[in-house]
Amino acid sequence: MPIDPLFFWAFAALTLGGALLTITLRSAVHCAIALIASLAGVAGLYLLQKAEFLFAVQIVLYIGGIMVLFLFVIMLVNLDAAARERQFHKRWWAGLAATLATGALLIYYLAKGASGLRAAPMPAQPAGNTEQLSDLLFSEYLLPFELVSLLLLVAIVGSVIMAKKRIV
Amino acid sequence: MSQFYTSTDHFVLLPALLLAMFGCAVLLFDFWIFPQEQLRKHLIWFVALGEAFTAIALFRQYSFLNEHGGELVAFNGALVIDGFALFFHWLFLAATLIVALISYRYLEVREEHHGEYYGILMLAQCGMFFLASGTDLVTMFVGLELMAVSFYILVGFLRTDKRSNEAALKYLLLGAFSSGFLAYGFSLLYGMAGSTRLRDVATAVAARDLKDPILLMAIGTVSVGLFFKVSAVPFHMWAPDAYEGAPTSVTAFLSVGSKAASFALLIRLFTALGAARSVWEPVLAGVAVLSLTIGNFAAVTQTNTKRLLAYSSISHAGYMLLGLVAGNDRGLQGMLVYLLVYTFMNLGAFLVIIALNQKDVAGEDVADLGGLIHRNPGYALLMLVFLLSLAGIPPTAGFIGKYYIFMALVEAKMYFLAVIAALYVAVAVFYYFRMVRSMFVEKQEHAGPLTTSFGMRAALVVTGLATLVVGLYPEPFVRLAQTSLMR
Repeated sequence: MPIDPLFFWAFAALTLGGALLTITLRSAVHCAIALIASLAGVAGLYLLQKAEFLFAVQIVLYIGGIMVLFLFVIMLVNLDAAARERQFHKRWWAGLAATLATGALLIYYLAKGASGLRAAPMPAQPAGNTEQLSDLLFSEYLLPFELVSLLLLVAIVGSVIMAKKRIV
Repeated sequence: MSQFYTSTDHFVLLPALLLAMFGCAVLLFDFWIFPQEQLRKHLIWFVALGEAFTAIALFRQYSFLNEHGGELVAFNGALVIDGFALFFHWLFLAATLIVALISYRYLEVREEHHGEYYGILMLAQCGMFFLASGTDLVTMFVGLELMAVSFYILVGFLRTDKRSNEAALKYLLLGAFSSGFLAYGFSLLYGMAGSTRLRDVATAVAARDLKDPILLMAIGTVSVGLFFKVSAVPFHMWAPDAYEGAPTSVTAFLSVGSKAASFALLIRLFTALGAARSVWEPVLAGVAVLSLTIGNFAAVTQTNTKRLLAYSSISHAGYMLLGLVAGNDRGLQGMLVYLLVYTFMNLGAFLVIIALNQKDVAGEDVADLGGLIHRNPGYALLMLVFLLSLAGIPPTAGFIGKYYIFMALVEAKMYFLAVIAALYVAVAVFYYFRMVRSMFVEKQEHAGPLTTSFGMRAALVVTGLATLVVGLYPEPFVRLAQTSLMR
């Protein structure tokens, strides 16, 4: 039996389990750690797809950078009061039903139509993925790549406006 | 120039480049040249300069297309300049300029006048550029996000106002959610086509069986994302809250700029999915009728003018969607005419509401319009024109927009939809006339004249004239929409 599916199920379980714990746990620190587990699972899925660049970015940026910042903020801000409040809206069952229905619909259609999606050919050399990605980013996707920088600029300016007490 | 960035690429991208450059420059100049708050309103000259350069670039593209015809494709088919895109670029330019012109006084009164506002305004317009010109899924998506993120910030620009905070948060959460749906749909389209270019997607869709589950799911998820962006029922819940909480100048921009850009994206995408027309047409028709129903009936009970106009804009989205449902040339032409007309009349109605905002009066209730005819007859008459136009009564511009949509439906032999759409005009007249009644019949709520800025008066004249001229002499504008679609 090939080992890949085993890894896939393990990483998928890690991703989903972590996500579930993120929204159900009470303590914000626990939530953040559960989210790290979920993100690590996604990183593993990237690696299974031989996308080692995304794998590295996921670990360095999300787990290493963003989540550590999250933890800092959680420790600096007093969240005890928030933890004591009700975690769920009264009509959580409606949300759950809608989520399950949408999920079932997506799984049904995906299962029925999976044959219609053709898999991209695997790169000949497994190590070539990062080079291919950079080639694409700077040739075919040059425009959106540059546009993203503008998007990030707007997001930064916006967060500064929102966060600053007094704009001169 | 390298092969990655040819001179054609540059020529096509030029308006967006100028907008991005001027947008960033406003952010710099804001604290460099205009540190004092009183001087900050002069930043709009800078915005006007940027728009003037953009207009020159657009005009050069326009004359190029006039000379050589066809379309200009750049970035290996990721970006295109054709009549359709140019039509929208001019519309965005007009809307942004008018909104920049009216904002300074409103923001000064609300004590949140910061230079970043104008920078983000121009960057939002830059995002719209890629929605109307993009023919590549990734480019369109990033453009959409650029516009959306700018709007999230603008909606929450009144930082000390709780309603503005709430509106921004709601809009951000729901907007991110809908973007997720759109991205999911795009990924499925990419999975089918093996390319993100819209023309490859179109051929891939045409090659598929119409009952293919992947195709159905792609169309479903893309539609959900798009319907949210144009605030069509049942994905409209964000609109009234975001419209009410946002600074009114931003509400005006949101209701015309964001909506026109989203419609440009919607038309491009659904045209690319044209082979699967029999799948999405009934869905689109259903959503349009629902938007007309909920938008019109919910507007009847509103007492806040911004919420009322939010619901009315939902119903306008319904009318425009019917143009796409009709599926003939006249339908598309009707949509463009409708968008053009809607931009000016809706902006105009919001301008009058902004004018009502004074130092100690929010001016956002229907009752605040009370006795406006005695207080300031000019504003009252202009508002009357805008409201008549929004209701679609001749000889105003709104009638022309609705007329072409109805014509298209009749030509497509969809009499049932045409009758429903026409019936809802009656409901619309009812709630628009509540505002008219307030202005002309009810007693004056607030004393004292309205103090407004020069920019506001100029913008009112422009929108008022546009609403009247298009209504009285529609031929050139209809021809404009026609030639925009021909090329």
